[in-house]
Amino acid sequence: MDPENSQLKSKGNFRNKYTDALYKWLGDKIFTFVVVGLGATIILVTLGMALVLFFEGSGALTEFGLFGFIKGTTWDPAVQMVFGAWPFMFGTLVTSALALAISFFPALAVAIFSAEYAPGWLAEIIDNLIKLIAAIPSVVIGIWGIFILAPWLRDSIYEPIFFWTEANYPDMLHILGNPMGYGMATATIVLSLMILPYTTALAKDAIKAVPRDQREASWALGSTRWEVIRMAVLPYARGGIMAGAILSLGRAIGETMAVAMLIGNKNTLPFSIFGAGATMPSVIVNEFREAVESLHLSSLMAIGFVLFLIALIVNLSAAYIQRKLSIGGGQVV
Amino acid sequence: MVGLLCISTVVVLLPLVIIMVHVLVEGFSALSYDFFTEELGSPSRAIQGQATGLVHTIIGTIVVDTLALLIAVPIGIGAGMMLSEYPEHPLNPTLRLMNDTLNGMPAILKGLFIFVLIVKPMGTFSGIAGSVALAVVMLPIIARTTESALQSIPWTIRESGLALGIPRWRVVLSTVMPAAKGGLITGILLAFARAAGEAAPLLFTSFGNNYLPNNWYGFIFSPTDTLPQRLYSLAISPYEQWHSMGWAAAIILFLMVIFAFILARLLARDKFKIQA
Repeated sequence: MDPENSQLKSKGNFRNKYTDALYKWLGDKIFTFVVVGLGATIILVTLGMALVLFFEGSGALTEFGLFGFIKGTTWDPAVQMVFGAWPFMFGTLVTSALALAISFFPALAVAIFSAEYAPGWLAEIIDNLIKLIAAIPSVVIGIWGIFILAPWLRDSIYEPIFFWTEANYPDMLHILGNPMGYGMATATIVLSLMILPYTTALAKDAIKAVPRDQREASWALGSTRWEVIRMAVLPYARGGIMAGAILSLGRAIGETMAVAMLIGNKNTLPFSIFGAGATMPSVIVNEFREAVESLHLSSLMAIGFVLFLIALIVNLSAAYIQRKLSIGGGQVV
Repeated sequence: MVGLLCISTVVVLLPLVIIMVHVLVEGFSALSYDFFTEELGSPSRAIQGQATGLVHTIIGTIVVDTLALLIAVPIGIGAGMMLSEYPEHPLNPTLRLMNDTLNGMPAILKGLFIFVLIVKPMGTFSGIAGSVALAVVMLPIIARTTESALQSIPWTIRESGLALGIPRWRVVLSTVMPAAKGGLITGILLAFARAAGEAAPLLFTSFGNNYLPNNWYGFIFSPTDTLPQRLYSLAISPYEQWHSMGWAAAIILFLMVIFAFILARLLARDKFKIQA
């Protein structure tokens, strides 16, 4: 007798009665349980992050009050032990908004070129190179900025402008600030490069998603190629383009290492164009490992909490704009 | 107009080329045999011209990144499965929102979170804390790419499995997952490429260490060096020898991340060709 066969037979009999139900019913139960458990982990991590930042920062928030903390312009961890987040919020908002302003039109141009004009092989190369920019580690861009970009900017751009201003409009020098190379301007330039891929990628997706009819209708009206893009494609794709821009802003707000390495790190207002500044992530990087006073530590955590709120608002509004401005999601062009 | 678009594309891509050339040139000239065999030690070692290197950093990076992948891959794939295979589940809208929120959060906040969650109770910075922080960076990316990879598999495949009497869990594991393998690996590689370059979450969790630990588990349970965080420390240090070592660390990190990135793109491209 074939042992394998008999085994199979008895197994089969047993299986018909119990194992089969167990295999299907219990298997599904266990699988669902595990999968939902793993999914719930992500929910818990996100909520946990918000709660941890809030409770760890609550020491500073109760000491100064949420709005007092946000509006406070003094950050003095050494003598007065007074902490206000405004200089860092100001630095974050100014560098991010300017970086977006600098990078928006080039990013859009690349998206249009790669989606509408470039042949397939070239578009693929451009796409991959643009995504490669986003893939370069922030610290690598940081070390490049420290040793190559900042000295170059200082010698060939900042100093000529500074000396020209000094000769012609000496009153304006305090706005320009010290042209040492590490400061707000350098950080903004590097940021604009780093966030560009995000605007480009979403803008290109949106442009690609514009239906053929839309273009053909425009062609039929006698539009030139550029008029088709300007009057038919871009208005249709504006939801994705705006959402991409706002997501890029979110990236810029959260960008940490390259900014911390290049912004010069100065904790007191006023910041100047070439002079040193600070952002919310950069102050956390710089001071967290050396914070010994519990109020100082708690203030850094509170900055993290405020940063969390800002990033949350930016991300939610990007999602909202994408839904609201895209065709079929509300407004009609 | 075409000319203008062309020029702006070139202008945008120019910095990328400049960065890559600088990193490759400066990095290769800074690499040496000692770099891969010696530990860093105190600054005086480099100043006096003794042999120093980053062997502890390279091993630490491998350990921390591997552990991070081991933590993030099951959770991320599970969450992606939940989004794609159980579209009727009541938690799904919340999960999608939370996942997108987590993805949009600056990595430095993940470092602060893990600092409070793991470093504080343990009482010491440790490699495992760094791994968990990196895993939190990877999680939303893996979850999202898993979802889209699984959704690209047509429902008819699942239905034919179910029609044969195969239970739902077996359909997912044995037919949908193998079919989506390419997409899953692409997602994991992209998540790795993103997380491996992050220094901010590691500064407060694995902290850094100038020396090799005394035993192998020192990489996991005591402060551990990793490439991005060491690169940051070297770049802002006042020693010229450490600056050039920073370039060497930069090229290793750059090649590692770019390699994962290119592999991911190639896989995604193959997948696309099969579909087309």
